[in-house]
Amino acid sequence: MAHAEVHDHNTPLEYQSETGRLNILGFWIFLGAEIALFSTLFATYLVLMYRTADGPTPHELFELKGVLIETFLLLTSSFTCGIAIHEMRKRNRKGLFVWMIITLLLGAGFLGYEIYEFVTYVHEGAALGTSAFWSGFFVIVGTHGLHVTMGIAWITLILIQVARRGLTPQTSAKVFISSLYWHFLDVVWIFIFTAVYLTGMVLHNG
Amino acid sequence: MKWDEFFVTGDPLIYGADVSIGLTVIGLLFYLTYFKKWQWLWKEWLTTVDHKKLGIMYIASAVLMLFRGGVDALLMRTQLAVPDAKFLDAQHYNEIFTTHGTIMIIFMAMPFLIGLINVVIPLQIGARDVAFPYLNAVSFWTFFIGAMLFNISFVIGGSPSAGWTAYMPLAGNELSPGPGQNYYLLGLQIAGIGTLLTGINFLVTILKMRAPGMTLFRMPMFTWSALITMVIIVFAFPILTVALALMTFDRLFGAHFFTLQGAGMDMLWANLFWLWGHPEVYIVILPAFGMFSEIISTFARKVLFGYKAMVWAMVLIAAYSFLVWVHHFFTMGSGAAVNTAFSISTMLIGIPTGIKIFNWLFTMYKGKISFTTPMLWALGFIVNFVVGGVTGVMLAMAAADYQYHNTYFLVSHFHYVLIAGTVFGCFAGLVFWYPKMFGYKLNERIGKWVFWLFMIGFNVCFFPQYFLGLDGMPRRVYTYSAASGWGDLNMVSTVGAFLMGIGFLALVYNIYYSFRYSERENTGDSWGLGRTLEWATTSAVPPHYNFAVTPTVEGLDPVVAIRNDKKEVTPKLADIKPIHMPDNSGVPFVMASFFFVAGFGLVFEWYWMGIVGLIGVFITLIIRSFDKNEGYYVSVDEIKETERITV
Ligand code: HEM
Ligand SMILES: [Cu+2]
Repeated sequence: MAHAEVHDHNTPLEYQSETGRLNILGFWIFLGAEIALFSTLFATYLVLMYRTADGPTPHELFELKGVLIETFLLLTSSFTCGIAIHEMRKRNRKGLFVWMIITLLLGAGFLGYEIYEFVTYVHEGAALGTSAFWSGFFVIVGTHGLHVTMGIAWITLILIQVARRGLTPQTSAKVFISSLYWHFLDVVWIFIFTAVYLTGMVLHNG
Repeated sequence: MKWDEFFVTGDPLIYGADVSIGLTVIGLLFYLTYFKKWQWLWKEWLTTVDHKKLGIMYIASAVLMLFRGGVDALLMRTQLAVPDAKFLDAQHYNEIFTTHGTIMIIFMAMPFLIGLINVVIPLQIGARDVAFPYLNAVSFWTFFIGAMLFNISFVIGGSPSAGWTAYMPLAGNELSPGPGQNYYLLGLQIAGIGTLLTGINFLVTILKMRAPGMTLFRMPMFTWSALITMVIIVFAFPILTVALALMTFDRLFGAHFFTLQGAGMDMLWANLFWLWGHPEVYIVILPAFGMFSEIISTFARKVLFGYKAMVWAMVLIAAYSFLVWVHHFFTMGSGAAVNTAFSISTMLIGIPTGIKIFNWLFTMYKGKISFTTPMLWALGFIVNFVVGGVTGVMLAMAAADYQYHNTYFLVSHFHYVLIAGTVFGCFAGLVFWYPKMFGYKLNERIGKWVFWLFMIGFNVCFFPQYFLGLDGMPRRVYTYSAASGWGDLNMVSTVGAFLMGIGFLALVYNIYYSFRYSERENTGDSWGLGRTLEWATTSAVPPHYNFAVTPTVEGLDPVVAIRNDKKEVTPKLADIKPIHMPDNSGVPFVMASFFFVAGFGLVFEWYWMGIVGLIGVFITLIIRSFDKNEGYYVSVDEIKETERITV
């Protein structure tokens, strides 16, 4: 754990403590479990895709504009998150903060649009209990949205720790791990964009 | 919800349970207060992050659950002993087979194995600790709380009754009203979090914390089996998490995943359940395989035959385990092509399993065998497991399965694999490593009585059930008529079940007896035949830091090398340095308690309570995140004293 370890200056800060290294590997494995979790949700969604009962079809309700804006916000946030980590490795605390906060704001914007989208659908008569299809839709997109919410809260807490304790091997490992999580959510969103929205609009004709 | 619905009423068995639960709680509170044990309990156990203590708590809980599940089993066998019995009614019987199946698999078999893994694996790989000690405590407490939540359903609100497979629409709101099924969903969900975290923890531990020199192919077989099991856990448990969550949405929030209205699909549940459920079967068998490998090579005094083949066999089994799930519902209309594919993939699993059996036999061939209790369990395992395996292949033949699907043939088959594999394995491992945990052996004479009672009882109980099954007796029926002609064999079966019960009591007596009278040991290698690193720690009960000096490994079975070379094992004073260890923490316990509040609230659909509980969970997460948790150093003086180094 907190042994004095010798590192050349090429070792990134987050890999300099034993705990940091273990945590990062552990988190990669956790992401493996997350892949299994989302794969199950995708399989469920695809199996239920045409099961709209008497409710509205995705073709009727999905609209591309909102989804494109959401996609744009989230993809950009992944990019700014990458810059934040780059700044962290240069030990530029201010840069890290600026880019991370931009990341979080973009994430919040994404969430805002998603909530707006959900509310619209419910007004138009498609809720969790409308049909198997809408159950699948709300749960897969909602699970992703919940992940984004937790990501925002988590990264905020970590930034507070960095503000208080500075960039140590411990705090920087935490920042790095939360950035992995953020990129992961971005990747999942790309799958949702394709499997849920594009297929819903293109394949599902009624 | 009214009070008289809140507490389950009307059945004398349940009043009896109320009284005994009440008395036990009062007795415990009295004991802890009168003997001033509260502080000890908190400091030594509730807040511990030591993998060995957590392992012991896992095992103790699992033994308790074996008792609960065993009582359920005896109640069922009593009801079935004679035709037209009136001991249990249909609803009560349904509840009992549901809780029996669920408790045995989720809250007994898995925790027992995870407990042994916790105790042994870090020692076997020469590590000071697991990779994430704090997370390990979270795993234990979420398992424990999930188990408790599931268990109280019996007296508060009512038990689930849709079977441990919880098929829809049977488990939906119409056919399973009330909180029972919610208990199943939330109890398993909370415990599942702990299992997933264990998977991650031990993967990192085994991959990263091995002693210098221990390459992957120098790892002991039990460590290998744990590694592979953890991979299965990491990929299978999220499937269960999702399936349980979806059913929770159906029951609590009116979603339509599995309900037929709204175009939901009940077969989706069956598929998701078994996509997790079949790998789960290997989660509870592979660690047992690992333990038998250790025990057989130890008491045959030989290197394990075909070490690499054993490893690859397990890797294959793990991969296949995700590809065969449909064999659990051949009769539910998947069609001939699908059934054939899954029939063949299922039989393929027999090949690597067969390889393992032969390797164990070859390991014993020309060995100098000591018939100790762990070895007896291992030998009993081989014989009985083969019976379970052969009948498994019979079940895998899709066409024939139409004959014995959901009959006692199936019940007998899975008990032959689960009991002869997992339970025998747990008992073998417990006896084998008991001295590592407590510093003295279980009494061998009583231990052999336990073995023979249990093993004979097991065969008397389950062998007749193959014939009952072929004769058409369906599973999950609470009674049958005298005209069916099933009475005699059922009576035999029940007698066997009670023999097993006596065997269990003998085991409990053995624990008590050995605690009082067994000779205390001061050597680390209690059996005198140890091969792997856990037998190289100097004290009989390993101190919290495990190894005073991290060992180096030069090949398989390092302790054999030490013994043969008559090497001095006591660490040299000069090599001893202060050891860094993590602090105890009360947070995991508190977090799990909040999980209980949240789970209980959701079970009764009291959402305010669910929210309070979840907020509590998040607060504990935040507290932990801000905790600097720097740990402390064990001083050289303390190590000197523990290791009895006198210079
Ligand atoms: C200790 C002796 C045991 C006895 C006498 C026993 C007896 C029984 C009986 C009578 C049933 C109900 C069969 C039916 O009505 O369909 C049953 C079901 C079951 N048992 Fe056991 N059992 C024992 C141990 C175990 C163990 C150790 C496990 C798992 C590790 C286990 C797992 C199951 C499962 C999964 C079911 C199916 C429950 C269901 O149908 O939902 N049993 N057992
Ligand atoms: Cu299976």
